Amino acid sequence: MSIEVRTAAPGPRPSLVKDPTDPRPTPKPSAAAAAGISHDTGWSIGDKAGLIAAWVCGISLCVIAASIVLFMAWKGIQFLHLDMLTTSPQASLDQSANGGFLDPLVGTLLLTAIGIAFAVPTGVAIAVWLTEYGRPAGLARLVESGVEIVAGTPSIVLAIFGLLVFQQSFMGIFSFTAEGGAVFGRSFLTAGAMMALIALPLVIGSTREALNTIPRHVREASYALGKDKASTIRRVLLPSARNGIATGATLGMGRICGDTAIVVILLGASMQTTPESGFFGLFRGTGSTLTSYVYNNSPAGEGNAPDKAYAAAFVLLMIVILLNFVVSLIGKRKAPQWN
Amino acid sequence: MELTEDHPQDGSAPAAVVPPLRRIVVESETVPIRVGDYAGPPDPNYGRDPWQVGTGTEGEPVWVEERMRTEDLSIAYGDNRAVKDVSIEVNSGEVLALIGPSGCGKTTLLRSLNRLVELTPAAKRTGRIILDNQSVDDFDVTQLRSRVGMLFQQPNPFPMSIFDNVAYGLRERGSKKPRRKILEPVVVDALERAGLWDEVSSNLNHPALALSGGQQQRLCIARSLAVSPEVLLLDEPCSALDPISTSIIEETIVELKSEVAIVIVTHNLQQAARIADRVAFMYLGDLVEQGAAGQVFGAPREERTQDYVGGGFG
Amino acid sequence: MEAASFNEVDLQEQTLEVDRTDRRVELLLGALASTILLLIAGMIIFVFVKALPSFTHNGLAWFGSGGSVDDQLMNIFNSPAEPENYVYHLRAWPLLYATILITGVAVLISVVFSVLSGIFIVEFAPERLRKTIEPVVKLLAAVPSVIYGLIGILVVVPFVAEHLISEGRKESVAYVIQLDGTSILVGVFILTIMICPIMIAIIVDALRAVPDKWVEGAAALGVNRWRAMRTVSLRAIRPAIVAALVLATARALGEAIMLSMVAGSVGFAPNPLDGFTFFLEPARPLASTIVDNAEGLSVAPFGQTMYAFAAILLISSAFLSFAGWAARKSFSRYTLGAR
Repeated sequence: MSIEVRTAAPGPRPSLVKDPTDPRPTPKPSAAAAAGISHDTGWSIGDKAGLIAAWVCGISLCVIAASIVLFMAWKGIQFLHLDMLTTSPQASLDQSANGGFLDPLVGTLLLTAIGIAFAVPTGVAIAVWLTEYGRPAGLARLVESGVEIVAGTPSIVLAIFGLLVFQQSFMGIFSFTAEGGAVFGRSFLTAGAMMALIALPLVIGSTREALNTIPRHVREASYALGKDKASTIRRVLLPSARNGIATGATLGMGRICGDTAIVVILLGASMQTTPESGFFGLFRGTGSTLTSYVYNNSPAGEGNAPDKAYAAAFVLLMIVILLNFVVSLIGKRKAPQWN
Repeated sequence: MELTEDHPQDGSAPAAVVPPLRRIVVESETVPIRVGDYAGPPDPNYGRDPWQVGTGTEGEPVWVEERMRTEDLSIAYGDNRAVKDVSIEVNSGEVLALIGPSGCGKTTLLRSLNRLVELTPAAKRTGRIILDNQSVDDFDVTQLRSRVGMLFQQPNPFPMSIFDNVAYGLRERGSKKPRRKILEPVVVDALERAGLWDEVSSNLNHPALALSGGQQQRLCIARSLAVSPEVLLLDEPCSALDPISTSIIEETIVELKSEVAIVIVTHNLQQAARIADRVAFMYLGDLVEQGAAGQVFGAPREERTQDYVGGGFG
Repeated sequence: MEAASFNEVDLQEQTLEVDRTDRRVELLLGALASTILLLIAGMIIFVFVKALPSFTHNGLAWFGSGGSVDDQLMNIFNSPAEPENYVYHLRAWPLLYATILITGVAVLISVVFSVLSGIFIVEFAPERLRKTIEPVVKLLAAVPSVIYGLIGILVVVPFVAEHLISEGRKESVAYVIQLDGTSILVGVFILTIMICPIMIAIIVDALRAVPDKWVEGAAALGVNRWRAMRTVSLRAIRPAIVAALVLATARALGEAIMLSMVAGSVGFAPNPLDGFTFFLEPARPLASTIVDNAEGLSVAPFGQTMYAFAAILLISSAFLSFAGWAARKSFSRYTLGAR
């Protein structure tokens, strides 16, 4: 037996220093080293630049976001008075005399309700057909891309398309018909119908997502109990997907109450709600929403009442925050547990 | 018995402030070389059994050399100590298997060796981990990880082509990206050593995720080998694979051990018996026992080991 | 035996009955889903038929430049009442140019900013900051564009007018255009702020969905954090980045109200040769042109011209959806739905 004592100096990798008397075989150089590929590790200049850029962007995002939120909160507290929520707008050039925005507020709520009432049943039906049936496959794919096209179409295009459609004489029941038969085409109903198209892709999207997360065995269990597909959908799938449907509906409501172009084109230019006579008069009448109120009272519009515009924008922002909060609540609600 | 002083040969090493490390090499016909802070004959209960790694296939001695060791290593996630005062060595030329029931800290121990455990924010470490006589904390973490490669439980090839997967580590470590022409021999070599070359040589540009599970895992081996690691950590590399893929990977591991020190975490005791030279049994964060595979499985000294191993085998 | 066979018949009939209701439900839902295709076809046909006269009268010169586009629009608006004397002469280049310029620049800035901010939020932001900024970004993504427009016109525009536009600068271009602060600079700035949250929200969700095993795998190869992020995570979320890009571009393209408020609403083609003044010159994209002239839609030739603008927007957004689809498809080659 022989014992060899070697003393290695501290330092990087002493084992690389080959002792000529060491009987061990020389390790063969790695293929990468043989090919001359550098081993430098750590951070290159590009990496460092990227990292710094990410920090700069992230911090400026935080700053911008904070300043927008704080600015709007400050303006809201400064200009919003509760009586604005209960008085109708008045035509006046003086900011102190042009009333509140009760009508636009009600208009926003009404229009959102109409839009979502159209969008949810249709959207859920389309989503169910796409996920549960989807035959023929070609048609399903066409419908899918159709939904995508609707989602990508600017609301201003939807608005003037809606005007074109609802000004046809047979659409007269939806809005106001002037003497001589010209159909006005502008009303809560017509604007709501077009608003539904904005919300539709959102409803379809989140309903499909919810339906897709339901495992196959749930459906099979229902069939095994002798239920047909239609009642499986109604009794099992739709209740399980209700969180998804609610999320889609809430997101859709957010989009509807924030849209301006459709309101400006399809709801007429009056600030006050002006119902038509007869059954459904309110729905066939014209009015305004918070968005069109803000637009009209900004320096870009006619009124030029920036304080009122700020106050209305703040209320609108509160509605959006509320809807966002609802979405996150739904997200936190316990999803059905499979297995 | 002969003593030789080995001075630094590059001449550039600064005057040592730290007292020089004494490395003792014990050599005999039956006892293989052992390097480490060690003076005296090999502990018959701890070193390698002669019949395990004493000689190679043609009677030549098989050399083992310490690459890594931990000294009183403890890892805690918050208040929960997952690894308690573990001191263990990782030698080149042999396969070290870490066995033990789930949650005994073996994966944590493994992940601490290349400091991957630091990706878990709550993890805290005490004790030292030494790679080639240097604390791993002294290394740049990226450099450490390129010398201590790792393979995961689930095959995790990137969503790229087969070639790009193997070349990934080489391309993304330096400031300058080597060209494909330079990379090609390295990639081919790595795939050959991982035993995958014959299966993929004609479709290097195909997506890696289209390979089977076993092929994906061997691709991950090739990806690690391409950056020429000195230690390879395997975290239950076969748990997601079928028996045939498992045996191919095991063969690959045994072939690789002459070039790379291998540490494998496994739940499969038969697998440990098949491929490991040395086995360490962990239980609730403690290193209960370590020794040659034949000894741990054949004649465990600790009762806990016996219970676990006995349960596993019979 | 008899009872058994009776039961069998009964069961068969029941099954048939079930099949029939099921078939009816499927047809009903399928028909409903197909109406969306009818709607899109209707929209395309309606808008294009209506827009045709404007295109046929001008030919390819419609897309060219020449003269003041606002004067031309005025002439169209004031055309004689007899259909044979309708005026259609239009050179729409300044509007197209404004659309491309404002949308393009805003989207380019947003992509870079959003990707970097997304990385910051997911990878580098301190836990507490991340928990605050994420809901705020989601909120900002839902804020109605008219609120951004309001902040733009009441805060940013006056700031630009006061601090960036000197008398000398005003005079230097006074022979063609008046500088009052509403400008492509403000338009691009506000538009960027508006579409960034939309993109960031999508990118953050996608980055979070990147499997840990890929990031760990890259880290275990000795690749630094930034490189791993860039080469694995960012690569994996390319489809999501494209989706975000498409969504944001669609929003930018169709943004009417906000840009009409802050970008000047003048049919002018800013001249890059003016140096920095270029950024302070006003412009008006297509969508804003339509909404600004909503009152004139009932004047036949003028309405037809507006529908021509809508047709261009419709084509662009359809093309955008298609390009996004093609890009996502090309990226999915190596991903194989593994995510």
